[in-house]
This record gives sequence, structure tokens and C-alpha cells, in this order.
Amino acid sequence: MTIKQLSIFIENKSGTLIKVLEMLSKANIQIIASTVADTKDYGIYRVLCDNPVQAYMLLKDEGINAQLTDVFAISIDDMPGTAAIAINKISASGVNILYLYSFLWKEKGVLVFRTDNNEKAQEAIILNKLRFLTEIDF
Amino acid sequence: MVDNKSPYFNPERETLTREGIEALQLERLQATVKHCMNSPFYKKRFEEMGLKPEDIKSLDDVRKLPFTTKQDLRDTYPFGIASVPLRKCVRLHSSSGTTGNPTVILHTQKDLDEWANQVARNLWMVGLRPDDVFQNSSGYGMFTGGLGFQYGAEKLGMLTVPAAAGNTLRQIKFIKDFGTTALHAVPSYVTRIYEVMQQTGVDPRKDTKLRVLAIGAEPHSEEQRKRIEAMLGVKAYNSFGMSEMCGPGVGFECCEQNGLHFWEDYYIVEIVDPETLEPVPDGEIGELVLTTLQREAMPLLRYRTRDLTRVLGRTCPCGRNHIRLDRMRGRSDDMIVLRGVNIFPIQIEKILMQFPELANNYLITLTTDNDNDNMTVEVELEELFTDDYQRLLDLEKNIKRALKDEILLTPHVKLVAKGTLPVSEGKAVRVVDKRKVYQ
Repeated sequence: MTIKQLSIFIENKSGTLIKVLEMLSKANIQIIASTVADTKDYGIYRVLCDNPVQAYMLLKDEGINAQLTDVFAISIDDMPGTAAIAINKISASGVNILYLYSFLWKEKGVLVFRTDNNEKAQEAIILNKLRFLTEIDF
Repeated sequence: MVDNKSPYFNPERETLTREGIEALQLERLQATVKHCMNSPFYKKRFEEMGLKPEDIKSLDDVRKLPFTTKQDLRDTYPFGIASVPLRKCVRLHSSSGTTGNPTVILHTQKDLDEWANQVARNLWMVGLRPDDVFQNSSGYGMFTGGLGFQYGAEKLGMLTVPAAAGNTLRQIKFIKDFGTTALHAVPSYVTRIYEVMQQTGVDPRKDTKLRVLAIGAEPHSEEQRKRIEAMLGVKAYNSFGMSEMCGPGVGFECCEQNGLHFWEDYYIVEIVDPETLEPVPDGEIGELVLTTLQREAMPLLRYRTRDLTRVLGRTCPCGRNHIRLDRMRGRSDDMIVLRGVNIFPIQIEKILMQFPELANNYLITLTTDNDNDNMTVEVELEELFTDDYQRLLDLEKNIKRALKDEILLTPHVKLVAKGTLPVSEGKAVRVVDKRKVYQ
């Protein structure tokens, strides 16, 4: 039920992000969503893309610090209140969300998040009939 | 009893002519070499070299003698170099020994007396007299800067305060309440004391009687010395010592502040090319090699200090003809001296290797920030094992803690991406020293 997200360690100095982006671009990897937080010395660049395993192998070959991380992607209607409802269902099951980002995909909202307990989160998603996306959807 | 008005603590020795110094040195060298035959280590080494004490006929013959290294001290740990039976020794000092066996230095009562004489001579030389109050803000214990200055200052006759290092507020209180006129500390700690004085509204010129500082055990520049003098309104004198030679007292600046007098009645000073081990001409930088001339428990022949310096002269307006050496200009090995602590990169490497999350490359950068010397250790991440910031922060914290346990200082630790640090080619550049020290 989870999907693979690419997590890339990048140092907080000019030129590091473009280096990674160019590698992905050359391999014809399509980025669907990505995010990086501001930190002092380094950041983790989190990327959803159309072929995460291939992208990961490629970055590893180039000596880039990267990891494949299991995250959930929940599809919600693009209207007020839908995110609150979905997240409420997850947190009611006692699952803690470690980080979350969102984007629009084919006129739907998508919530991407990592949890501290994927099993429980999965149960909550099924029980509450939340719509989740898999890698095939991208 | 020494004449308070005399500029010399030991006029007879301090004002020896060059001929006088050399005659005394030859006599002492011959006696020392003979005495070394009581040391299992030197006896064996002389036999291997086919050398006999009688072969030392002139002062130049010192070059026939074998070098002694720190490794020799480690290999013979703990008592293998001693030239007297252990029961004749009264004191032991030791290095931290973090890079293998510690080095052990033994002293007889006579060694301690002579050591105190050396330190007293130095302090007298910079104008300190029995009326002065001497506060020693140096670490005690195994670190020779503590007891070394203590006994020397007492020998001179000063009221001596073993304040030891740390607790800066209390240090300042002592300085004020006891009327401290002279202070010994590592330069970075002097800066710290001044900072705290400023924060607590103490004006060192008005509120204290400080006038003389002995600073050493940590490389510092002329600029740093001048700043310390301006901050506190004192004269600051550079001190050189090493536990292998006794401790502080080996070399000290006189009031001219133009190089350190190394006491040639106690040591033979050689400056050699660290590669060829041949002597270098006066004025050229080389490695300082010292032979002890008065030590009883553990004389050392041609000890390679690994400190780089040069000869400035053999005369001085102060009337002392004991050789003048420049402040230390660096090291011929990769030892780092930071805030008075000796650190080898290998110690840091050993710790980093214990973290499977890290790749093999690392870089140590030394900087001076606001007069404080700092170390930053950059380490490459082998694998991104998490995408959780907290776990990366925890890793940094754990590395920092492990390093602190090893080197006794807390460095900054910075995670960097794999492949971004200079790659080791042969002798890797592991240390970048950006401190304003050797200028």
C-alpha cells in the first residue's frame, strides 16, 4: 500500500540540488512532487517520481547519498476540509505522522506522509476506506 | 638567598659565556651518557650501535648518539628507559596515552629540585620576586603545567595559588581578593578569563594587580600575545615545556620578548631537518631535538620533540647567552595542539571508524573564532540510512560525544555528502589549520 519515495541527502550549499536534478533529468525520470526543508548544514530532498527504483540505482551509482523510503499517498477531493477528515482518521488510530506534504494530481489532492507505524496506518486507511495511490497510478 | 635586586636567579649559570656553557655541557653530556648505561633501553641501543660512552670526546660527538622518540617511550612503557631503580624515584608524570601506551616520565627528588630551579629562574627572569602572588590556572594532576609551576613559584618564594583550570568566576575572585600579580594559563583560557571579567564588570587594570602572565602549552601568535597584553594591561611571556624534558621551564622568554631562552646548562639544543636529521643552519626552521644534561631518573638523549622552530641567536641584551629560539612554528608530525590538549588525527579516525554510518574520509579544520580555538570535524555519510532529520542529528551528537571522550574536547561535527571531502592520496590532507598562530 505504501509507495517508494526517493530521499536524497544534500548539503546546504549552492550547486548541490542542481547536480541531483540533472542526473534525474538525464535518466528521463519524471518528478511528480518534491520537497526540502530549510536546515543549517544539510537537508533531505524528498522526491516522488515515476520510477523511484531506477532513480535510486542511478543515484547510488553516482555516489549520491540516497534512500528509498516507504510513504503513503492518500487521494482526497480538492475542496475545503478533506485533508482534516483524512488525517483525523489516521491519527485516531494512534499513528504518528513524521512529515507530510501535498500536491495536486489529476484534479485531486494528494497527501504524502511517512508514519511511525505503517501497519497501523494501513489498517486505518482500509477501515476508513480512504483512497490511496500506488506506484502504478503515477 | 638570592639578591632581590639581581636580574638573575642564578647569576653564575645564567651569565655563562659561550665557552663556559660549552665546557659545562661537555662535562655534563659525558656524565649523562655514562649514566644512561644504567638504562636497559640505552644500554641495548649503544651495544647495537657499537657505541661506548668514551666515544663522546667533544660536544659535536652528540651527533654520534642515537635519537630517542616518543615511540621509544611507548615501547618501553612503563619503566624501561629509567636509569635509576624505581625506589629512587619520587614522582611520576604521564601523558594521556590516547594513541597507544602512555608515556611515563619518572623523577628523583633531585630532578624535582632542578625542575623547580628552572621554573624559578624563568619567573625571576621576567621580574617576579618573592613579594608577588602567583596564581596557577593550569590543569594539575598528570599535566606538568600544574605542579611544575607550583614548585617553581614556591621555590622563588612567591605566595602561590594552585587555582587549577576552570571555574572562571572563582579565578577572578581569587585574582581580586588575593592580589594576584602573576598568572599562568593557556592563552585561550586567558581570553576566557577576560571575557568573564567584562561580563561581570571587572576592569583588570583598576580592579586587579595583574602585571605578568606566563602563557604556553598552546600555539599562539605574536598578535594573540599583544592582544592579551592589551586586554589585561600586563606583560605576557611565552613558556615552553614538555613532560619528557620535565615540564614547563625548558625555555622561557626574557623581558626582551625576542625568542625563548633554552637553558643550555640543562639541555643540549639541536635543530635538525626532520627528513634527513642533519643539522640546519641558524635561522632556518627545523625540528627541535633536546638532550637532557641534569636528569637523574630518566635522562633522554637527542629526544625528537617534533616541534618546529629556529635559532634566533646566542646572545641577548638581557645578559644571558643561552640560546634563543623562535616561538614554535608547527609540528613535524601531525599532532594538533588545541587549547593545551595534544591530539593526533589517528585518535579521531579511530572513533569515526566505529560508526558504520560514516564513509572513510574526514576533514579536521581548526579555526580561531573570537579568540577561541575550535575544531570542526567533517564526516562523510556512507549511506543515507534514514530520511529522518532527528536520526541524523542524533548521529552527529553521538559522534561528538565519542570524540569528546577520546580527545577531551568537544569539536563541532558536520555531516557532509559522500564524495565531497578531499580524497586521500598517499598522505591525506586530514587537517586544515586556519588558526592565526604561526604567522
